[in-house]
Order: sequence, then C-alpha cells, then structure tokens
Amino acid sequence: MTVQNSSLNQKRREPLTDTQLLMTITICIFFVMYILAMLLLGGGFLRAQQIFDLLNDNAPLIIVACGLTVVMIGGGIDISVGGVTSLVVMSCVLYLNNSGNMFVSMLLALGIGLAFGLVHGLLVSYLEIQPFIVTLAGMFFARGMTTILSVNPQKLAHEGVNALRAVKIEIPWLGYVAKNGNLIPARMELGVIVALLCVIVIFLLLKFGRTGRNFYALGGNQQSALMLGINVKRTRFTSYVISGLLSGIAGYVFMMHTGAGNATNAAGAEMNAIASSIIGGTLLTGGVGNIIGTFFGTLTLTTIKKIVVTSGLNDPWWQSITTGAMLMFFIVLQSVVLSRRGKVKTSRNVKE
Amino acid sequence: MPNETVLTMRGISKQFPGVKALNNVDFTLRKGEIHALMGENGAGKSTLIKVLTGVYGKDAGVIWIDGSEGEAHIHSPQDAQNIGIATVYQEITLCPNLTVAENMYIGRGNGLLVKQKDYEKKAGELLANLNIPARPKQQLASCSLAVQQMVAIARAVDMNCKVLILDEPTSSLDDKEVQMLFTLMRDLKSRGVGIIFVTHFLEQVYEVSDRITVLRNGELVGEYVVEDLPQVQLVAKMMGKDLDELNSMSEFSQKAAVSDEVTYKAEHLSSEASKPFDFQIHKGEVNGFTGLLGSGRSESVRAIFGADRVTGGKVKVNGKDVHITKPYEAMKNGIGYLPEDRKRDGIIADLSVRENIILALQVMKGFFKPLSRADMEKFADEYIKALSIKTASKDTPVGSLSGGNQQKVILARWLLTHPDYLILDEPTRGIDVGTKLEIQKLVLKLAEENVSVTFISSEIEEMLRTCSRLIVMRDRNIVGELTGDQLTQKQVMKTIAGGEAS
Amino acid sequence: MIVTKKTLKKKGNLSQLMIPLIAFGLLIIFNLIRDPGFFSIETKLNNAGNTVLAGNLISIINGASELAILAMGMTLVTAACGGQDISVGAAAAIAGSVFVKVIRGASMVTGGTVILAFLACCVVAMLFGSFNGMLVSVFRIQPMIATLILYTCGRSIAYWINGGATPTIDGSITGAIGSFIPGVPIPTPVIIVVVMIILFSLAFRFTTLGLYTQTVGINQNAARLNGINTTLIKLLSFVILGICVSVAGCIGVCRLQLINHETLLIDIEMDTILAVAIGGNSLGGGKFKISGSILGAYVIQMLTTTLYAMKVSSTDVKAYKAIVIILLVVIGSPVVKRWFTKVMANIRGASIRRLGVKEGN
Repeated sequence: MTVQNSSLNQKRREPLTDTQLLMTITICIFFVMYILAMLLLGGGFLRAQQIFDLLNDNAPLIIVACGLTVVMIGGGIDISVGGVTSLVVMSCVLYLNNSGNMFVSMLLALGIGLAFGLVHGLLVSYLEIQPFIVTLAGMFFARGMTTILSVNPQKLAHEGVNALRAVKIEIPWLGYVAKNGNLIPARMELGVIVALLCVIVIFLLLKFGRTGRNFYALGGNQQSALMLGINVKRTRFTSYVISGLLSGIAGYVFMMHTGAGNATNAAGAEMNAIASSIIGGTLLTGGVGNIIGTFFGTLTLTTIKKIVVTSGLNDPWWQSITTGAMLMFFIVLQSVVLSRRGKVKTSRNVKE
Repeated sequence: MPNETVLTMRGISKQFPGVKALNNVDFTLRKGEIHALMGENGAGKSTLIKVLTGVYGKDAGVIWIDGSEGEAHIHSPQDAQNIGIATVYQEITLCPNLTVAENMYIGRGNGLLVKQKDYEKKAGELLANLNIPARPKQQLASCSLAVQQMVAIARAVDMNCKVLILDEPTSSLDDKEVQMLFTLMRDLKSRGVGIIFVTHFLEQVYEVSDRITVLRNGELVGEYVVEDLPQVQLVAKMMGKDLDELNSMSEFSQKAAVSDEVTYKAEHLSSEASKPFDFQIHKGEVNGFTGLLGSGRSESVRAIFGADRVTGGKVKVNGKDVHITKPYEAMKNGIGYLPEDRKRDGIIADLSVRENIILALQVMKGFFKPLSRADMEKFADEYIKALSIKTASKDTPVGSLSGGNQQKVILARWLLTHPDYLILDEPTRGIDVGTKLEIQKLVLKLAEENVSVTFISSEIEEMLRTCSRLIVMRDRNIVGELTGDQLTQKQVMKTIAGGEAS
Repeated sequence: MIVTKKTLKKKGNLSQLMIPLIAFGLLIIFNLIRDPGFFSIETKLNNAGNTVLAGNLISIINGASELAILAMGMTLVTAACGGQDISVGAAAAIAGSVFVKVIRGASMVTGGTVILAFLACCVVAMLFGSFNGMLVSVFRIQPMIATLILYTCGRSIAYWINGGATPTIDGSITGAIGSFIPGVPIPTPVIIVVVMIILFSLAFRFTTLGLYTQTVGINQNAARLNGINTTLIKLLSFVILGICVSVAGCIGVCRLQLINHETLLIDIEMDTILAVAIGGNSLGGGKFKISGSILGAYVIQMLTTTLYAMKVSSTDVKAYKAIVIILLVVIGSPVVKRWFTKVMANIRGASIRRLGVKEGN
C-alpha cells in the first residue's frame, strides 16, 4: 500500500506552487530579455563583464531586497531599508575617518541594522502597530540621523578599508580582449560575494529552516499559523530583525562600493527593493515569494535600465518610465496568471 | 480504564465586556470517549473550547490534564498543543499557500531545520492510512474544503493528542465524508483518545457520541450518557423550554394554498458554476432545493440571483422578460437572496446593525438618494422589534452579535426591501433551535403574504416542514421534483441517492 | 437613559479622534510653554500691499493645506481598497506640469486660462487616478503595488511634459491662488481646503458614498451580493483622490510659481498616509473618519513647524518627526490600549474582586 502510494507520488509531477510559478516566469523573462539585448544591442551585453557590473553596482540592492522579501513573505512591509542603509554608510565612513578600526566598523554596521530591526520587530509584532507606519518612522529617523551626522558628502579616508575596496576578484576566462589587444579580465567586487552569500543563506533559511517555513505560514494565514502552534509574534519579530540586519550589511557593502557617505545614499532603495521583490514573484499579501526570484527580480530591474541607456534613449526620464512600464507588465502578468489559476482550480473542483 | 479521565475542567468562568460568557462551568472528558458538547448559539461552547485551547485566558477555574502534574496552564494554542490538546476548527485553520505535508508538520518540534522529505514520506503514509484523498506535495489551496478539513484531522492524529476537539467538523462535509470522519473518530476512540465533538446536527451526536454535556447561557446544564437522554429531551435542555414549542412545529405544517401566478420562471438558466436548468415558482409558494453538498443547489439559486456570472438562459419575472446578470438587477426585479455563508457573503461586520439592515434598501434607492437618518432609525427599530433581534443598540457593530442574531439582521435587510421572491440559502445553519423555529415560521408567514420563497437547508426534516415542493439535485442536475404525498423523508432520500426507478 | 446612550455614542465617536486630539493638545501646550507668543496672530502688509494675517498658527494651517486635501482623498482610497496610494506626490507633479503647460501655452493669463488649466490638470489627474483604480479594482492588485508603478515613473513623466526644464509661470491670478487674494486676509490655500471640506461633506450628505465605501472596504463579497458595484466604488475612490491630487498640485505650483518635478510635494505620500493613520483610521480599510485624517494632517504640519521654530534644520526634521510618530502610535497601539484599560479596571475592580474571592473561598 505504502510502496504503491510513494511510487504513485514519484510518477505524478505536482503542479507548481504559486511561489514556484511566479519565480519561473521571472527567470524566463529575464533570460529572454537578456538574450534579446545580446542579439539586438550587442556591445557590452556580449561581455560577461556586463553581468558583473550589474552585480557590482547592485550588490546592496540585492541584499536589502532579500531582507524585504523575508518581511513580505511574512505578510509585512519594511520601507526603512534604504534609510538604514544610508545611515550605516554615513556612520561607518565617519567612524573610520576618525581613525576607527575596520573590524569594529563592521560590527557598527551590523549593530545599527540590528537595532533598527529589533525596534521595528518589537513595535510591529509585540505592540501590534501597523508595519507601514513603524518602518516609515524608521525611515524618517534613519534619514534624519544621516543628515544630522553630516549634511555634506564624506569621502572615506581609511587606508585599510580602501585597500580592501581595491581588492577585486578577477576571472580571466570570462574576460574579453580590448581593442589594443590586452586581455581585460572580468572583475567582481567583494561586495558581490557578500550579496551572493546573503542570497544563499536566506534561501536555505526559507527553504529548510523551521523559522523560514514559519514565515510562509504566517504570511499565508496569520490566524491559522497561530492555531497551528506557531509563535506568530516571535516569527514576525524575527522577520524584521533579519531585514534590519541585512540593511546593515547592505550599508557596509554600499560603502565598500562607493567609498563615500552621502545624505542621498541609497535614495529610493526601499522602492527599488520592493519592485525587485515583486518582479521576483513576491506577493505583498504574504505567503508567496522566493529569494532566487528576488535575485533575478533585481537583475531584471537593473538590466532594463541598462538596456534603456544602451539603446540610445538618452533623455533622463526614459529610465524610470521604462522601469514603470516594466513593473506594470510584471504586476499585471502576475495578477492575470494567478487569477487564471484560481479559475482553473474552481472549475476543477466543480468537476469533482 | 474507561472511566479514567484525561481532562477535567472545574469552575471555568470567562467575562467579556458586558457579557458573562462562561459562569462556573465544569467539564470532564474520559479516555476513549466521544463527548458531545451541545448548546444553542451563545451558550458558551466556543468560548469553552477557546479557553481550553488557549485562545482566550480564563478569568477563574482550573484545568487538569492527564499526564501533566498539577494544574495545566494554557496561555497559547502552542501550550495546548504541547500538552496534547489538538483542535480542528469549523473554519479551516491551515495555510493555503503551503503543501499538505507542511501543513501537517509545521509549528511542531524544535529543531532548527525542517526535514521536508521525512515529512512528505510520513504524511503520505498517514494520508493513505486514513484514506484521505490528498497528496503530500500538493498545495493545500488546490484541495477541496472537505479534504482540507481531513488534513487538519490527520495533523491532529499525527500529534498523538490526548484530547481532540472537533468544532463543527461536519458542516462542510457531505454524507460520505461524514461517515469517513466517523470511522476515523471511532478508530481514534479505540486508541484511547478523548474526543470533544461540537456540532449542531443532532442525529450525528446520537450516531457517534458516548456522553453529552449541555451548556446554556454560559452555564452548565448537565452531563448525560447518550442512552439516557432522548433527542427531544436534549433539545428541551438546550433551549431551556418545555416541549410546547417543539410540539407546535407540527402546527404549521399546513401550507398556504399556492396561486397560479408565476412569480419567477427560468429556462435553461446557467452560470459559471451551474449547469443549465429550468425552474419556476408561483406566487406565495415555498419551494426547496435539496441535494447533497456540492450537488449544485446553492449554485442554482446563486444563478437565479446573478451572484455568479450568468452564461445563458431566459428569465421571466411576473411574466415579463428580464435580464438578470448581476445582483443589482435581481434586486430591482424584486428578488432577495440570503447567502449560504453568512460571514463571507452576508454581514458587514464592522458596520452597525442599523446600517446592515438598511443596506439593500439603500442600494435599491440609488447612490444619489440616501435615506434620512430618521428613516434609518425607524426601519432599524421596526425590524429589531419584529424579528426580536438581540442587540445592545442599533449602533452595535453587527459582528459582535451572536450567529443567530446576525442571520436575523440579514433577514431583516431583505424583508425591508419587500421582495416578491426571497431566496434563503441555509438560513438556519449554525444557529440555535429557537431561532430556527422562528425563521421557519417566518417563511410560512411570508408565503401567506404572497411572497414566493425558496428555502434551502441541509436538514431535510426542516425542509419537509416548510416547503410544498422540493427540487432534488444530484451532480449539478435536477433529478426530481417532489410534491404532496411524495414529501416524505424516505422519498427524498431515495431521490437524492438515485434509487428511483425513473 | 437617553442621556447615557448619547454620551456613550459620543465617546465611541471620539475615541477614534483621541490620538490626534491628544497630540494636538500636547503640541499646543509644549509650544505655549516654550514660547507663550507662539500662536499669536498678527496682521501685516505683504509684498503686494495687502493686509494679511500672519503668525505661526496661520503658517501651520496654510502649510498643511495640500496635505489635508490629499488626506481626504487618501482616506477614501484606504477605506474602500484596504491599501494606500503611494503615487500621490508623483501624480501631483504630473498634474502641476499639465497646469503649467496649459498656462504657458496661453498668450495671456486670464481667469479663464487658469480655470481651463485647472480643468485640464484635473482631467489628467483623474485619468492617472483611474489608471491606478483600474489596476486595483479590475486586476485586483494591492493598491500599494499598483501605485508603485506611477510612483516609479510619475515624476519622470512630469519631467517629460516639462521638456526637461523647470518652467515658471507668472501672473497675478496664480500668485493669488498660492498666497493671498487681494483684500482677503486669509491665505487662499486655506480657503480652498475649506471649499474641499464642504464639497466632501456635501458628497457624504447627498450620496451614499460613505456607506458604500465602508461596505466595500469591510466585506467586498457581501457588498456585491447587495447590489453594490464594488469595482466602480473602488475606481471612484481613486478618481476622487485624483481630483484631490490635482487641487494639491495646483496649490503647490502656485505657491512657488514654478514647477519642479523633483521637489514639488516631495515625500507627501508618506505624510498623507501618516495623516490617515494618525487620524485613527485603519490602514486595512473599512470604517473611516475623514475628520480624523484632516486633523492628522494638521498635527503633522504643526509638528514640522514646531521643529522648525526650534531651529531644527529642514533636513533633520525627519528624525524628530519619527520619534514623535512612534510615541503617538505606541500610545494608540491596541496592546497599550488593552493594557491601559486593564490597569484601570484593576484599580477600579480591586476591592470588588477581593470580596468575590472571599465569598468563593
């Protein structure tokens, strides 16, 4: 009986879950888009360095988007991520310029992120305040603190960190031969490694971690999660702490990338991160989403911007208008796909 | 051994603002027994269950559980789960976005990681064992409601619970599924699990239970062995009345004479959810749609009201050709519809009783013609009195009323529009016996006033009492129409089951 | 009996406004202690030679105009759709650009041109509103995500309309809209707010907008089965917000006499949502109180003005604002409220319970 049953299970392929379906769509569209760009635009898109540039420039975005995805899967929202990132950048730059220690500066970055995460989690899950308001206040506070620390841009002048910044991972076989005949290897910054590590860790957490699965349950149906014996408050609290921590890490990576603190650092990062998550198939209602999707969502979002620039639409407004158009495309597509699924489901039930 | 108790609750009290929900209630559950917890709506059943499962804290009283030393402290559903109390609620409390296996194992254990493969294997075995038609890797949302309920029970079974609470588990199951559930319950009983069974279906209580505890108005009426308590007495205990009222049921079995005028007539009417069907109802007639759950009875009346997208058919109201594609058009043609699912489709929980009562009338009057405040108050007062709706005031949010009173509010909403044709889908589901009778009487009174009524209920007896014509459905088709002498329980059952020669 | 009922009802209505009222009171007291003359109103001659009212109070009421107008529309959207429109700032930039474009297109700025320009910008804002509304009501996308689209590209569209510049307008009429009408001492934006409030209350008085919106927000299924066109109501809420956006955008443009797509009403969407929340409305939709949102808008503006008066620089204001917001929402949070009522009940019921326990024993 049991043997029969399990063999039956193996034979029959389960239909994709909502999460998997949305993620697959995103990944497919990303590759189609990229291949089209390679064919039609050529140039930079034919070089591996293009991908690495995308990663180098957007490592912090990838990291905050991961954190945001976790919160969104749990049915919440965290719009403070950009603000926290910029506060971390500014604090670390100022601290390091005051002859600070590199190791301590990393702890400082984590500490600030953690502090924001803890406060958000506390207020949202234990005091039951609407997450939008709490993290909005968090964003205001972080942005305000950044300008209180310094209104003027601060250049990073710490030798150790600057030396670390200069370290780039070179991959010769992915390089290309420049016009003068030199081989230019593909370069990747350390931040990308950090970002990829974050993606992997969060992916594993969501897939195999008890807490990770609890996030899905929480976002799927909070009341049910409670009845199933999940500690809803602690789970929600954890999601904000993770998001806060990742914002801290993102801030440090951001600083490593730009080497300067500026009040407008990571401006709009929260909305870019939300857009990345959405493109990657995370639903704001919670319970559906995936980190791999978010990763590709970020790439899709940034690639489209690059495509606009490369294809010669030089007026400053085209980038965000195309971004908006693409966002609309994805949002409507997801809505149509999910509602069609719903219909198929009910009609199947009817037959039963 | 059979008298060994697993759960003892003594002197439980719980106060809500303005209401004493439980007052000094005792409850005892023995090993390997199925114990029915009975009472009208608002008797305190759900409150008692929620205290036991840690959803509400208790104000006074003690709980002992077999296996744990001293008094049990239950502060959260997790606590309850940990000491062996598992609950399956009427509303599915699983996560639709997770797989079946995950739903069975989430929230349990303490490790950092989840062993997905293990879970899927164990879930597969258990589901096969219990004959539940679900696959472990399937997303829960793709299962039917009944299967979801069974998954919830499977979860409870797998947790080796000492106490299993089934809160109205059968209300969304059809007969076959109910039997499967009962088999399962008896199986668990033989393994020594104590089962608390909360339901409104009296027959089911007598079918599986060993003991019955009756609550009324938050107080304990008594604990009885099933054999010692005939059904009629049980009803009397629940209602706290003598049997007069019950006997008066037979009084209104004489049904109003039906006129020849046809109020509503549909030919080949079909919607997204229902197959084409023909149907007509006369002025002052009470008819019923019957059939098993999922037979299409609700879908058919929804098609009449335009609640689902209508896909075809010809409709005549009072002899005139009309097009009804959405609820508003049905309302304009004098049709009212009390939906099956009160919480989802009926009440506007946060709005006041007054606003809930006038809603349909207001919509019919139109967007630019709001009712005056005075009119609203007048209508609300009138119907609160007429239907004796128990509410603190007209401004009380309807969500804070008991189920039966919420139902009356929705009924008032439709009566206020003075419909020619009123569709009542399960108006008596989940409400107490007293209110059930009131609603049945009301239906007959409406018929006397020349209103056509379609009445749907899961309880055939109730329909036999009120309807003069029954339309029987099976597998989304009308399979029979019973009138006059054919209106017997036996005949209806036969038709539903398809045992008829025709 | 009747009296107690009435007071009870009043209490119920007031409790929603508790938080903004408390905040209002605290801010007033704080300011009076800091500077007793803070709220004094004086008259002075402005540049155009009119006698006008001036003072901190006037600048608070004046400064909050756009916020108050947007908060009214946002309350409706929140109530009907259970989500917020985060594109109001971007949409206002587009509306303002259209306004400026029409005015600059005319050879002479007359009253007629301004009205025409306003109507044009109203139509455009309503179109963008219905675009958002369509996504929300027809495609059933959560409002915040649907409006994220316009939020992302709205200001760029405005930039595009402006042709990559920040065009200015001049003319006494637009100037008067942004500051004072000659002979009237009250700032024009304040008058516009009053007009909007009147329009809204007329709408609630003579239509069933309020009932329908709440019904749709609380239980969409039930609303549909009671004959309400839920799609239309949601769309309508966005269109009404569109009108509010165009009015706010025009005020913003007229104040500065120029359109800057980057800075016009920047970050106002966040303040607007905050105003709705501070006003005691649930951001999850359902029951609402527009008066709460308006009050919330003035609380936010008063806070900002107070901070400015304390010599906090405009970039740093956000940090202090955040602290005050958190304090407010913590006081208003359900958990704290429950705890508070429990403590109160304990104090009141302590003696009674003691007796009860004795009897029980």
